[in-house]
Amino acid sequence: MKYILMMNATKSNFDLYAKWSKEDLQRNVAFMRAFSKELKDSGVFVATEGLGWPNEAKTVRAGKDGEPITDGVFAESKEFLAGYWIIDVEGPEQAYKIAARASAAPGPGGTRGSMPIEVRQVLCGFADLGL
Amino acid sequence: MVAQPLDAPLEHLLRELTPQVLGAVVRRFRDFAAAEDAVQEALLAAATQWPDEGLPDNPRAWLTQVAFRRMTDQIRSESARRRREDEMAVEASRAPEATITMDAPPEEDDTLVLLFMCCHPALTLSSAIALTLRAVGGLTTAEIAKAFLVPEATMAQRISRAKQSIKDSGIPFELPTTEERAQRLRAVLHVLYLIFNEGYTSSAGPQLQRVELSREAIRLTRSLRNLLSNDAEIAGLLALMLLTDARRLARTTGEGELIPLMEQDRALWDEPQIAEGVALISAALPKGSVGPYQLQAAIAAVHDEATRAEDTDWPQILALYDLLRRMTDNPMVALNHAIAAAMVHGPTKGLELLDALKTDARVADHHRLDAVRAHLLEMAGDRDGAVKHYRAAAGKTRSLPERNYLLMQAARLASQTRLGDGQE
Repeated sequence: MKYILMMNATKSNFDLYAKWSKEDLQRNVAFMRAFSKELKDSGVFVATEGLGWPNEAKTVRAGKDGEPITDGVFAESKEFLAGYWIIDVEGPEQAYKIAARASAAPGPGGTRGSMPIEVRQVLCGFADLGL
Repeated sequence: MVAQPLDAPLEHLLRELTPQVLGAVVRRFRDFAAAEDAVQEALLAAATQWPDEGLPDNPRAWLTQVAFRRMTDQIRSESARRRREDEMAVEASRAPEATITMDAPPEEDDTLVLLFMCCHPALTLSSAIALTLRAVGGLTTAEIAKAFLVPEATMAQRISRAKQSIKDSGIPFELPTTEERAQRLRAVLHVLYLIFNEGYTSSAGPQLQRVELSREAIRLTRSLRNLLSNDAEIAGLLALMLLTDARRLARTTGEGELIPLMEQDRALWDEPQIAEGVALISAALPKGSVGPYQLQAAIAAVHDEATRAEDTDWPQILALYDLLRRMTDNPMVALNHAIAAAMVHGPTKGLELLDALKTDARVADHHRLDAVRAHLLEMAGDRDGAVKHYRAAAGKTRSLPERNYLLMQAARLASQTRLGDGQE
């Protein structure tokens, strides 16, 4: 079963992260690299991407003639996707365990983090309603 | 070097030979993990050379020889690296001359031993599936990765971890003991069934390559049956696969939308395959050791033999589900039993049976319980209830084609309700 683990953060979270010390950033980057490698080595890795920061984020809507109308004004509380992993695991419990590992990525001063990770199933083409 | 797509007979030959060659290499070198890699390399060499150079006189001996040489080379280079005498390498260096071994008829049991090994309960199901397809099925890691829609590196890692688990658990390369045998055979059949299902239940369209998995499961089950022709459950599983797969073309639209059994165009069903499945199950049932696969095959046969949906012999299906329910505690069987009961005794009876499942934690929150309830409520004329449960099921399923199907059912009924209201 495939799951997506999404790292979400508000603009102020991104701003705080940008002010971390060099050591803190290095620790965090090293953790993320090791985490992806761990997923690959254990045979559950499907995909991962990091996203650009929300300062450039735009919401696009189709105008009357279908032309793009962009808006970059967001509520302070809005959460943005920072990055994600897609994993293929035996079931939800394993996905939660892996998400908890990601959540514990080290924070400032090397403290263990508890960043929220949203876990959602990726729909498959599998179908058997028995009808 | 990338192998060109092979023509079907050559691909079939290579896959058939895989477990035989692997068996010979494991017997000779006693290292399953390395032997399995060597055989894959031999298969790749054959796939690149044979189309140009023609088929060797004895393809099995050719593959075995190449795999033996790979093993020997590997052992030599390892021992050279370690700069120490390795008794094994000296012994192994004689391997290419060991033509007697290579010309010997294949040990028929090898395929069986490999199946038992790859489907060992010490492995997770996903590793057992991957390893079975590679070591017994002769598929490449790339092909397996593609079938399961994961990166090749991930599948490679899964397979190598599975091999490591086999090594760590010290699973021997031999047939299970008589006491273990029945239970281990059940594990093998379960893995083959899952491979089949993975291929069959994925809808058509962009995932067409997954059809391959069903074919592969049928091929492997067929060879298992050739090895253990007296086992009625193997025959039952093969019949179940054939009878189910026979409906493949009818079960989805060209765009991959689901068509339920009762609405399928039966002219699209594969007649010869149905005939083969019916013959298999008809021969297996009287043997007396009736098991769950035989019963499911018998149910599939009753469906397949009805020329029109309305000709379906539901009382017989209900009787078979009664038997099956006594044999297994699977709540999905209970769900299907409720549908059959509804078809025979009316939807109220079916809904009563579903109520009993509400307290079963394994299925209480499963989308299929809602889907079946919706279906029975619709039969009972309760449109609002049906709409509610179709939507609930849509919110719970993990499958996109299922969600589309369930939402369409809800939408269809909801629009009828609105039309009905308008007329009043």
